[in-house]
Amino acid sequence: MAAIKQTFFQECEEQLAELETGLLAIESGETDEDTVNAVFRAVHSIKGGAGAFGLEDLVRFAHTFETTLDLVRSGQIQPDAGLIKLMLRSSDTLADLVRYSRDGGDKDDARVSQLHDELTRAADPNAVAAETKPAKKQPKNAARVPQPEPEPVEEPETSPEDDFVPITISFDDLLGGGGGETQDDGQQVYKIWFKPKPELYAKANDAIKLLREISALGDADIACDISEVPLLGELDPEGAYLSWNIRLATTEPEAKIREVFEFVEFDCDLTVEAEPTPDPDFEFVPEPIVPVDQRADEAGEGPLIPDAVLAKIAEIASAEPAKAMTAANSQAQPAQAAAQTTIRVDLDRVDRLIDLVGELVINQSMLTQRVTEAGIARLSDVAVGLDDLEQLTREIQDSVMAIRAQPVRPIFQRMSRVVREVADMTGKSVRLVTEGENCEVDKTVIERLADPLTHMIRNAIDHGLEKPEERVKAGKPEQGVVRMSAAHRSGRVIIEVSDDGAGINRARVKEIAIKKGVIEAGVQLSDGEIDDLIFAPGFSTASTVSDVSGRGVGMDVVKRSIQALGGRISISSKPGKGTVFTLSLPLTLAVLDGMVVTVAGQTLVVPLTAIVETLQPKASDVHGLGERAKVIAIRGSFIPLIDVGNKLGYREEEADPINSVAIMVESENRAQSALMVDGIIGQQQVVIKSLETNYGQVFGVAAATILGDGRVAVILDVDAIVAGNRSDTAKADVANRKRNAA
Amino acid sequence: MKKTVLTVDDSRTIRQMLRAALLDAGMEVLQAEDGVQGLEVLDGSMPDVIVTDINMPRMDGFGFIEAVRGSERHRAIPILVLTTESVDDKKDRARRLGATGWIVKPFDPVKLVSAINRVAA
Repeated sequence: MAAIKQTFFQECEEQLAELETGLLAIESGETDEDTVNAVFRAVHSIKGGAGAFGLEDLVRFAHTFETTLDLVRSGQIQPDAGLIKLMLRSSDTLADLVRYSRDGGDKDDARVSQLHDELTRAADPNAVAAETKPAKKQPKNAARVPQPEPEPVEEPETSPEDDFVPITISFDDLLGGGGGETQDDGQQVYKIWFKPKPELYAKANDAIKLLREISALGDADIACDISEVPLLGELDPEGAYLSWNIRLATTEPEAKIREVFEFVEFDCDLTVEAEPTPDPDFEFVPEPIVPVDQRADEAGEGPLIPDAVLAKIAEIASAEPAKAMTAANSQAQPAQAAAQTTIRVDLDRVDRLIDLVGELVINQSMLTQRVTEAGIARLSDVAVGLDDLEQLTREIQDSVMAIRAQPVRPIFQRMSRVVREVADMTGKSVRLVTEGENCEVDKTVIERLADPLTHMIRNAIDHGLEKPEERVKAGKPEQGVVRMSAAHRSGRVIIEVSDDGAGINRARVKEIAIKKGVIEAGVQLSDGEIDDLIFAPGFSTASTVSDVSGRGVGMDVVKRSIQALGGRISISSKPGKGTVFTLSLPLTLAVLDGMVVTVAGQTLVVPLTAIVETLQPKASDVHGLGERAKVIAIRGSFIPLIDVGNKLGYREEEADPINSVAIMVESENRAQSALMVDGIIGQQQVVIKSLETNYGQVFGVAAATILGDGRVAVILDVDAIVAGNRSDTAKADVANRKRNAA
Repeated sequence: MKKTVLTVDDSRTIRQMLRAALLDAGMEVLQAEDGVQGLEVLDGSMPDVIVTDINMPRMDGFGFIEAVRGSERHRAIPILVLTTESVDDKKDRARRLGATGWIVKPFDPVKLVSAINRVAA
């Protein structure tokens, strides 16, 4: 049962995704039958499964939701914008209830009951007014097997006694006993008259089985009336000519008897009467002329129709449906094929494989290096074989990484809920547009994107978009647009979150930054630098990371989470037009292309993605700035020079720029810096080994790797080094100014 | 003779529950995910009873019942309909199309088996 329950929750997640997709499609105007049906079915399935596990809250809410959806489906109510919004909110709440049923925790009863009311009202405007406290209501559908309604059965037009001459048949053999005349205490005798209509047989019900079931309830005397059976020539093979009189002595209630006939209620004439006293006149003549089976055979009664006749009729009757079946069959093929193409694999196994492939890459490059060192010719069989091996290793690595890659779709879908909630909270009208949902990224990256994206979306709506009336005043459509897109660009994934709001209010941002001590008053900043201030720690009004799910979380937290993923975030904003946040993320967290460099006798790896170009500084291009800072002039702009060896504490004195190599890097705010290193060894793909897990966090170091020669090298955290340099310079700057003022 | 039951339901959960309950009762189980697949399964088999859901993609229970009742080979197979509620119009429509009986979800395995026994030879 636990396994089935697990299946149920998995299936719920799928249904919920389908539900949301469908509702969003409806919202965008796709109100075709298939979409509406899919939406209905999703809720219906969840309800069905939930009922099986007795998840009453879930059943109750799903039922209300379903009722409203059913009316939409049948066209009785039109899904206007308000109703669609209500349905989307309901789907969110349904998701909450599913998760609550699975994981426990808090549930928002008030919200559930409010939506319950709204849905009920949508289904029937007068409904809620008449009801009290719907949350406490018994679930209408806490579906038990319903007892048949004890409604009076219609009297047949002619009383059974009127027109039949009973030919009684003993059912003793057939029914295995019965016919007992003695009555135990508490037994009631019922007189049952049962006359099947042709429809009963057409629906594959079988009178004999029903009679057998009746006889199981107590002592039954059953008499078959064959008086209506016509001559063979006039006999309709699909007609129904037999009826039965039953005298049943049982301790079971009348409802139990009616339950036997539950399925055939409308396809037969039936009377059930309790006999007040034992009726001595109701006697059976023990004169079994023919066993009933044989009788029925001859009469062509019920399902025992002669094959030849059946075949003829079926030939005529099945012509149309047979066509439908063929059409349906051909339609079935692709869908079935599609269902077979996925398997579920434990993530640990994939990760183990990735780890092993990482080792393989290291081994392969060590081997290549050894072969080169041994002076084996480039065109020798060994070297050529090694080239092939390298190619294969790369391909294996790519394929293995692809296993972990997943489309960003689910995370984008989750954002549509965030948009709805924040839009509701802020009273703004927002449309979410997503692009590139099929773009694939490493699973871990996707998982860790949820929080940063949530914050960005919240910020975009809360701070970015204007109020509807302001938008109208500015000549924009009342509804704001938040756009999310994902795309692969040069080995990275670029995710953009943009809004068409007012853009960043730079005067206000600067004012806040000064007030909070992020920058000194009077500092000259470019527009880009002002925009970047919102990423500064301490800029945001929200103070702690625990505000993660709350509103107005600082963008510095977002930036840190993106950086922790090896990603970068940047912002660009146009007044009156809106703001674009751009995330650049690695495809995988397991390997990176790096430039291997030497600094103060150490081997370091600089991530290739950060490098713009490398150059040999000329003395005339290097300028001093203040006491310590140096800049290099490149194509007319001044770029700060950073000595990596000094920053990492490998040497006390700064290296001479003229004898160094400058690696131009671009950090997250697209500001360029030049990192000074002693020399470049080469370019290489390296497998990332976390230093934090194996050792501890070190300033300026992102991770470690093992090089081809087996040596450990650290991978530089370029952003950290650049940021560290900037704050050092800023501190020196402030100190200078204080000194000057004194 | 073991009874063979064909179940047609798009919900994995329900399929799993039906299978467990029917196997427990010593029946053979054939399964399909919707009406279309149900007809495909019928193509190569002759179950004693069919248990079908109503709401399914591609071909729903109504269409499936109609198709089975229109099939020369299979029209005498009893069909039980799984319904989530006792809402009568669905049950009625299924019945008019030729459903033999119905089982209300969530079903109790005992009731399921007894309903099957009621209609199956």
